[in-house]
Amino acid sequence: MVIDKNMKILVVDDFATMRKVIRNLLKQVGYNNITEAEDGVVALRILKSQKVDFIISDWNMPNMSGIEFLKAVRVDNELSGLPFLMVTAEALKENVVQAVKAGVSNYIVKPFTAEVLNEKIEKIIDKI
Amino acid sequence: MDVRFINPFLNGTVSVLKTMAFIEPEHGKPYLKKDSIARGDVSGIIGLTGAVTGSMALSFSEGAILKIVSNMLGEEIKEVNGDITDAVGEITNMVSGVARKELESIGLTVSAAIPTVVSGKSHSIKHILSGPSVVIPFETEEGSFVVDVCMSEIGK
Repeated sequence: MVIDKNMKILVVDDFATMRKVIRNLLKQVGYNNITEAEDGVVALRILKSQKVDFIISDWNMPNMSGIEFLKAVRVDNELSGLPFLMVTAEALKENVVQAVKAGVSNYIVKPFTAEVLNEKIEKIIDKI
Repeated sequence: MDVRFINPFLNGTVSVLKTMAFIEPEHGKPYLKKDSIARGDVSGIIGLTGAVTGSMALSFSEGAILKIVSNMLGEEIKEVNGDITDAVGEITNMVSGVARKELESIGLTVSAAIPTVVSGKSHSIKHILSGPSVVIPFETEEGSFVVDVCMSEIGK
């Protein structure tokens, strides 16, 4: 599938700085249509009010963690098919298994470069 | 302290700064530290529990952290502000993540708490365990920073 560089990407992370870092990395590989949320609760509200094409979410967040957010997306009829890339500092095997079981599209462990982030996005889009 | 507990944090720090901030710091000779005074101006500290218990701190000089965060964000930061403290927490979290993955590969599964960040000249770093910590000094073109580790294996 051809990747639309103008697709709307929702970046979810409780650290404003990390959202900026991811936004900066996305810009480096040509993605400029980015919106942000500080946790899963706010992210779900955004998904209900505007069209989003791709989700990049942190795992550890207050209010609603990344894994809870992923599960909420996957049980929602309107949102369940959205590509979901989980970003986390947790590289432990049990975390990977948990995310896969919950329906994550792919998984990226911090730290990562713009190129690695781009590869993960392309792999997810290719599978659609 | 067992060197197996130190190297994962050294490797984690180099990996995170190289990947996220495009900086390749050079480390000096590790030394023992018996006081609680931070060696830098901004520090992130994180507690670790499991097969190995203790804490790890990253303590950055102002010059070093301004350059690191400026590179991470792609914009110049000129003073220690909320972006800097936010980023130090995130860097501490990432270094802990890489180190814990390496510890897991040698059979030591460890969980991490949420990092805290302290700033100011001569602030204190309180490790979870008593006793001396091992400090690994690093140099960058813009200033120095240290990795300060105080860990012990359960039952030892």
